[in-house]
Amino acid sequence: MLKLLKHLGQYFIMMNKVISKPEKFKVFWKQLLLEIEKVGLNSIGIVLFISFFVGGVVSIQTAINMSNPLLPKYLVGLASRDSLILEFSPTMISLILAGKVGSSIASELGSMRVSEQLDALEIMGVNSASFLILPKIIASIFFFPFLVIMSMGIGMIGAWIGGLSVDLKTVDFLSGLKYEFTPFYVTYSLVKTVVFAFIIASVSSYFGYFTKGGSIAVGKSSTKAVVSSSILILVCNFILTNLLLA
Amino acid sequence: MIEIKNIEKHFGDVHILKDMTYKFEQGKTNLIIGESGSGKTTLLKILVGLYKNDNGSVLFDGIDVNKMKRKERKALRQEIGMLFQGGALYDYMNVEENIMFPLTMFTEKTEEEKLERVNFCLNRVNLDGKNHLMPSELSGGMMKRVSIARAIVMEPKYLLCDEPNSGLDPKTSILIDNLIQEITKEYNITTIVNTHDMNSVMEIGEHIAYINKGEIWWTGSKEDLIKSENKELNDFVFASELFKRIKNV
Repeated sequence: MLKLLKHLGQYFIMMNKVISKPEKFKVFWKQLLLEIEKVGLNSIGIVLFISFFVGGVVSIQTAINMSNPLLPKYLVGLASRDSLILEFSPTMISLILAGKVGSSIASELGSMRVSEQLDALEIMGVNSASFLILPKIIASIFFFPFLVIMSMGIGMIGAWIGGLSVDLKTVDFLSGLKYEFTPFYVTYSLVKTVVFAFIIASVSSYFGYFTKGGSIAVGKSSTKAVVSSSILILVCNFILTNLLLA
Repeated sequence: MIEIKNIEKHFGDVHILKDMTYKFEQGKTNLIIGESGSGKTTLLKILVGLYKNDNGSVLFDGIDVNKMKRKERKALRQEIGMLFQGGALYDYMNVEENIMFPLTMFTEKTEEEKLERVNFCLNRVNLDGKNHLMPSELSGGMMKRVSIARAIVMEPKYLLCDEPNSGLDPKTSILIDNLIQEITKEYNITTIVNTHDMNSVMEIGEHIAYINKGEIWWTGSKEDLIKSENKELNDFVFASELFKRIKNV
């Protein structure tokens, strides 16, 4: 418990340093673009690949479980749409990003810590936390919603192709996609994504920034970052769902 | 000139620095020597502000760092150049960007002026034309020289070096030592070198402080060191056969 409180305290002290005016906006802008490329653009491939296949599997499984002739065919499209928008795209993709982006952030900052690059910044008079972490957080908050929207779109294409493979007609699938669509579900999904993006970037940065030791410690920080971000994502998912949907 | 007065530092129950008082002189290469764990790095980190001392004061040209306002402390940090053991070059920047970084952050110089200064510093450390190499493409000695170039790019008043020769061959070590000494004389800066390399001590040791168990046990020049009868100092400095022979000549 004491350890948890210590981590919490250190996290908030770090965040207090992170949220400060950048020293030079030109340099900050350059860092931000670099981070958008690292945390966002470089994740597009994996997000699209996973979303396509999971979308396909969701529709095939739904179709198989709804073989009863009394159930309307459009339910496959409806179930695929809702499961992708409500849960898969925001939560599962965030968990995947916690693994990919979170470990990369923690190991990058961890290696900078053990090779004294962070000390070098501090000695120069640069606020290392703000200089390195703030662009990562902003890039994640800004770009993850785009990734999730792309995931929803490609997931539905996957679901359609999956449906075709089990003889579901396109017209039935499309009518299910449109059936009683609630736009708030997309808002809910994007709100969750923004919160998860903040968790991934800030928690992973915390573990990387406070790495102590050598290369083994960098690996440990990276693992801790992924595990802690994932747990927090799941807990926040529960809380946000209760607050926004219940 | 950098002065420390009654500096104390604890890590938990361990008393790392005990009532340390000393003056690091301007225009001289001040060496801190001592065994691993004697408190050398802790002292250096206190001087640059990475650690806070529990007691005592650190004075830069007579001004107590602990009494400085945040802005003054930030301005002071820009007057300190630091050379790290591993170089601490930013991996994602090339040589030019690494050296230019402090200029970009803290000056309003144009790109041309910055480049001119970078090239001057690269020339000073004999690395002309290496602007676009990445840190991963540099040898240990080149990394140290780029690090020196980055440390002097802002024309610092104080240059602090943490074990500049670690991991280098004897020839490159001497090159780095001489470079540090030349820069010290050229710009009349206060240089502090933290080392346990006895070749460096003999090469550039003008003003040496021997730290043992968190206390300053001995001070003097390299000439005094050879003549010294201090047992702990002799056990440390003349541990190798080569240095024992030097002592006995």
